[in-house]
Order: sequence, then C-alpha cells, then structure tokens
Amino acid sequence: MTAIHPPAQKVWWKQPVDRIELVWIGIALVWCLIMFFFMPFWHVYGEQNYSGEAYRVPPERFTEKVNEFVEQYTVRHETDRQIPVVRPPAGSDIYLLGRLWDWYPILELEKGETYRLHVSSTDWQHGLSIQPININFQVLPGYEMVLNITPTEAGEYAVVCNEYCGILHHAMLSKLYVVDNSN
Amino acid sequence: MNPQFRTCPDTGLVFHRPAENLIKANAIAATIFLAVGGFLGLLVALTRWPAIQILNAQDFYTVLTGHGIVLLLVWILFFEVALLYFCSSVLLRCRLATPRMGWLAFGLMLIGAATTAVAILQGRSSVMMTSYVPMPAEPHFYLGLILFAVGALIAVLIFFGTLVVARDERTYEGSIPLVTFGALTAAIIAVFTIACGAIILIPTFLWSIGYISDIDPLMYRLVWWGLGHSSQQINVAAHVAVWYAIAAIVFGAKPMSEKVSRGAFFLYILFISIASAHHLLGDPGLSTEWKIFNTSYAMYLAVLASLVHGLTVPGSIEVAQREKGHSKGLFEWLRKAPWGNPVFSGMFLSLVGFGFIGGISGVVMGAEQINFLIHNTIYVPGHFHGTVALGTTLAFMALSLWLVPVLFRRELVWPKLAQWQPWLFGIGTALQAFFMMGAGTLGVSRRHWDMAFTGSAFEWAYPGMAYTMMALNGVSAIMAVAGGVIFVLVIVGTIFLGRKMDVASEYSDAKPEILRGPAESLTGHGHAGLGVKGFPAPGTFVLAMFLLLIFVVYYFINYGYLASVWKFS
Repeated sequence: MTAIHPPAQKVWWKQPVDRIELVWIGIALVWCLIMFFFMPFWHVYGEQNYSGEAYRVPPERFTEKVNEFVEQYTVRHETDRQIPVVRPPAGSDIYLLGRLWDWYPILELEKGETYRLHVSSTDWQHGLSIQPININFQVLPGYEMVLNITPTEAGEYAVVCNEYCGILHHAMLSKLYVVDNSN
Repeated sequence: MNPQFRTCPDTGLVFHRPAENLIKANAIAATIFLAVGGFLGLLVALTRWPAIQILNAQDFYTVLTGHGIVLLLVWILFFEVALLYFCSSVLLRCRLATPRMGWLAFGLMLIGAATTAVAILQGRSSVMMTSYVPMPAEPHFYLGLILFAVGALIAVLIFFGTLVVARDERTYEGSIPLVTFGALTAAIIAVFTIACGAIILIPTFLWSIGYISDIDPLMYRLVWWGLGHSSQQINVAAHVAVWYAIAAIVFGAKPMSEKVSRGAFFLYILFISIASAHHLLGDPGLSTEWKIFNTSYAMYLAVLASLVHGLTVPGSIEVAQREKGHSKGLFEWLRKAPWGNPVFSGMFLSLVGFGFIGGISGVVMGAEQINFLIHNTIYVPGHFHGTVALGTTLAFMALSLWLVPVLFRRELVWPKLAQWQPWLFGIGTALQAFFMMGAGTLGVSRRHWDMAFTGSAFEWAYPGMAYTMMALNGVSAIMAVAGGVIFVLVIVGTIFLGRKMDVASEYSDAKPEILRGPAESLTGHGHAGLGVKGFPAPGTFVLAMFLLLIFVVYYFINYGYLASVWKFS
C-alpha cells in the first residue's frame, strides 16, 4: 500500500521500524541537540552575543538623549549637510538614532575599547547593518536597544539601513570610524 | 441529481464532481497568480542586477511588495486549497463537504487577493509583504489580506469536514493515507497561521482607518511572523506530502515505515510554528531564553522531522526501485530513475534543493548568533528561494504536470518541452539562491533598490564580487523564469489544446467502492533481503550522511567567521 492508500497494516504503529531509519533518527537527533546547546554555549564562551538588554523609550526622550550626546562630544562636521562626527570617551554610553533617511550622528570610536551603544528609531523600523564586517540588528521605534560593542579593527565602516523604510531606504547610509590610539 | 462520481481509468482515483471543479478552479487561479508573481520576480531580479536596474526606485518597491505577496501567499495558498481538496475528497473517495462553501472560499480568496493587488498597484502600499508598522499602507491592503485569509480558513474547514464525512460514511478502511495525513498536518498549521494573521491584521486594519491609535512594532513582528513564517511551514508539510504522493504515483513506493513518517509530521504540528521566532533574533525586547528555545523549534525537533523525511522519501523510492531489480551497487536505483519524466525530476530536484540549499541555510541562519551575520541581508531571500521556489513551488509544479492531465482527461501537450521544465526552473532557482546567499554573506541588503546607494550623502562600495553575484542572480532568474513560462504554457496548453484521452471517464450514480486498506498481513518491516546489511536503502543513507556532513561543516564555518568580527554582548 503506497502513501496514497491507507497503511497496509491496520495497527500500523506496531510495525517494526527498519534499522536504517532508527540509526538515522539517532544521528540526526544528536546533531539537533548539538546545535541547540551550541547557542547557550556561545553565550558563555563566544564573544558575539546580544544580552537582550533593551528599554522602552518614547521617541522624543531618545532624541533628547542623542542631542545631549552630540552636543557634548562633537569633534567635527562632515558633508554639505554638516553631519556631526562624535568622539565619545572610551567606555562611555554612546547613541545612534535611525530615522528617515539617515543615521545620526557619525560615531568615532577607539579600537579595542568597549562602548554601551544605545540604538533606536524615532519613526519607522530600520535595520542597523555595519559593513563590511556585516553585523546586523533590528531597530524599532519605542525600543532602546543596548549593545556593548568592542570594535576590534581600525578603519572606516559603513552604516547601512537594511530594513526597508520607504522610498529613500537605499540612500540611508552613514559612516562609522574606528581609530587606533594604541600606538 | 446529477451523477456525482467518476473513476479515472488510468489512475483508479475517484473524483467527486464538485470537488473536481473546485480543484480545477483553485489550481487555475494558482497558476495565473504564479505567472503574475513570476513576472514581477523577473523585474525584481533585473532591477537588482546593477548594470541593468530596470525599474526606478518607486516602482521597484511596489513590484517587490507585489512579488512577495502574490507568490508567498496567493499562488501557494490557492494551490494548497486544491491540494487539500484532492487529499481529502479524491484520495478518500469521499464527497466533498459543503461544496458551496468551497465556492464562497474561492470567491473570498479571489476578491481578497484582487483587493490587495489593487492597493499595491495604486502605489501607496509599497510596504513589502511584511507591512511592518508604523509604516502605513492603505486600508484596503490589509482588508484584502483579511478576506483572503478568511477564504483560506473556510477551505481548511471544508477539508476537516470532508475527513469527518469520509470517516462517518466509511469510504475507506483503516487509517487515512500518509499523504492525507501530511495534508492534515498542513491544515492544522494553517489554522494557527490564519489565526495569527487575523490577530495582527485586523487591528492593523483598524489602525489604518484610525480606530486604533498605536500598534507596538515588536508585538506586530511577533504575531505577524506567526502568519508570515508559519505559512511557509504549511508549505513544508504540503510539499513533503507531495513528495510522498509522487513517490507513490511514479514508483508505487510504499512508505518505509508509516510510524516514522507520521511521527515526523506530528513533530511538525507540535513544534514547527514556534520557529517563526528566528525572524526576531536581532530584535530588542525579547529574552535570550525565549529566542533560543523558539528559534530551535524546541531543540530542533521540527528540523529532526525534516531530516527524517529527507531519508524516508528517497528511501522509499530506493526500496521500490530495488524491488524492481535496480539493486546494483549503491546508486543504480537512482541512475535508473525516470529522469525524463518531469513529474519525477521536478520532485527529486525539489527534494534535493530543499534539503541542501533551503534547509541547511535556514537552520544555520536561524541559529541565534549566526543570525547577526545574515539578518536582513539578501542571504535571507536566497534561503527562501531555496525553500519556497525550489522546494515548494517546484514540487507543486511537478504534481501539476501529473494532475492536470488526470483532472482534465487530456494528454500533456509538448512533452519534450515539459521535460526541460523542472531542470530550467530547478537549476535556475538553485543558482539564484546560491548567488543571493553569496551576496548576502558579503553584506548586500535585501529589499534595497540600489546597492551603490545613489542619493546618499556618503559613498560606500560593496566588493566587486557582490556586484558579480547580483548580476549572476539576474541571469539565473531569467533561467528560472524560462522554466516557469514553460510550466504555464504546458498547463494552459494541456487544458485547452491537449488531445482528449481515448478512454472516457463517465460520471455515474454508483457509490464508489470502499478504499481498501489493510490487505497484506505484513510481518516485520517488509524489507527483508533488500539492500546491504539490513539497510534496505543504503544509497539514500549515504546521501543523507553527505547532507549532514555539509550541514555540520557549514554550521561551524559560520560560527568560525562570527568569532572573527567585532565583539558585542
């Protein structure tokens, strides 16, 4: 009896299972469990995790925090639009705002230092994508995501928006600088 | 009353006239939407081919929204409704419950799909398939989706009703066939899916007309993915059922073990729906424990189910082939398979492609931390072209190439052309998946009109290889579309121009014969003497171990790369 007919045995669940199937189920189950336990393992031993730290924040309040941050630490401006480049002290709280259609402000960080990065949106959903290292997070209005990040290589990075956010989504691009102060 | 049942002289299947008409209507609607969605997909791929960029930004986002909704929801669900009616009424030789409600369901789905399509074409609802709040679409965008979902829900209830009628009227003996069991799995997941859709889309519709002031974006994503991902899990259950059906139709293959195959479907019912959480791995506001448990389908038990089907479907074919005498070495059964029959080649390409491309990539990118490397890059569409286009769509095409001649009693037209169909479509979509995944690994975003960032205050250039991959994706899309065009031509040609089969299949008043089940009295597993060392399907086992090897290596390559990027916690 094929798969489009009723099972050949009325009490089909009592039919013994082929060894090939049992062996495969065993092997596959072991792999499934390895994959499952690898995620918590990486939380303990890996260095790329998100703790889940986040807060609810009204968009106006987040904007205030960003503006305070920009006023305090701006070191220069870039492009015709005079976008501030902000150089916060190593280890401090830093802020990044996603909005239609830019990231604000430009951050300049030190290699090897750990910062508490606060990210949120004041309008629609955005996607924080740092290139070319290619790490990606979802940015939601009303939620302040806190990531402890440690840039490990100096250089000039792109901040891309990779969550569709309307007609100029593809123009939502910014920079992020990592400088090496160790030498 | 008109005579209601006919028995197909070629296949022995019994068709109930209203069910047959509904299957035809839903399958034709599905094919039309497949053609529309495929055309939109071609425009998307040609726009993302940087040297061509055929659409402007506004049209691109509109077309991309349409492509996603038409193919991921409309084509698939119309076909699945046809499949549910087939797996209940036809396979159980039973009258379809409440056929009039079936036409109501069909009408609602058609009106709903049309309403949403109009909203998208008007250009003010270019919000992508996901329509994440607070980005607004026009109210009729949501309304159309709601009507469509209500129609689909009615169709699912008719399927359940037909199972009850079949049991009640004793149209079959024993348990329902495995394929019907798979369809039942799909239907149960569909209820969950549609419920999620209703829970989120109805408030969003009310929000769009001003009755609700605010919808939380995280809650929206959480519930919406209960619709958006679970709908793809319906597909998995449905196309696995189709694989088993085609193995039965082409080879007369028996399930290696009813218990194992049904157990695997049951794991889908229990665990597959929670995995929609893997869309939220990069989101703020959810705990790590929640993410790990859900993204892993509760310790990957639904992945286990797919791995089991990955063995038992080709395994059942291998056993059937070995019984016919193709038993030399490990792979004679596969070499001697009817590769020129598009029903088989389509099914087998779907199986292999779903496993190696869609399946592996999906599980790897659904690992909590690897997801940071992939979230919202074009790797994601690469993955789901491997599952939905290469897996589900190709399986449904293969079944259609068998079912349409049976339904319409006409011979398949242009059989030589039809032979090419699965290869063009299968290899084209496989290459698309491969190139998109490659470009995504290099950081290219999904849902993005211009990877060169025209109009931005800054400049940024992706590696040259990313540009090459997006161009090759365009070339592959042309190949896949050629396969799609052949499919539509062959189906439409068969319906209108196919030669009528010589033996008529008349309706009669007689009640169909009862579907006999337990005829054999099997002892043991029934495969004694086949294969090697008690393994009745050794070739399949080797293939399965090969898949697992690639899976394991690819998984750790990704964690290895992850370990090299910035530290974050």
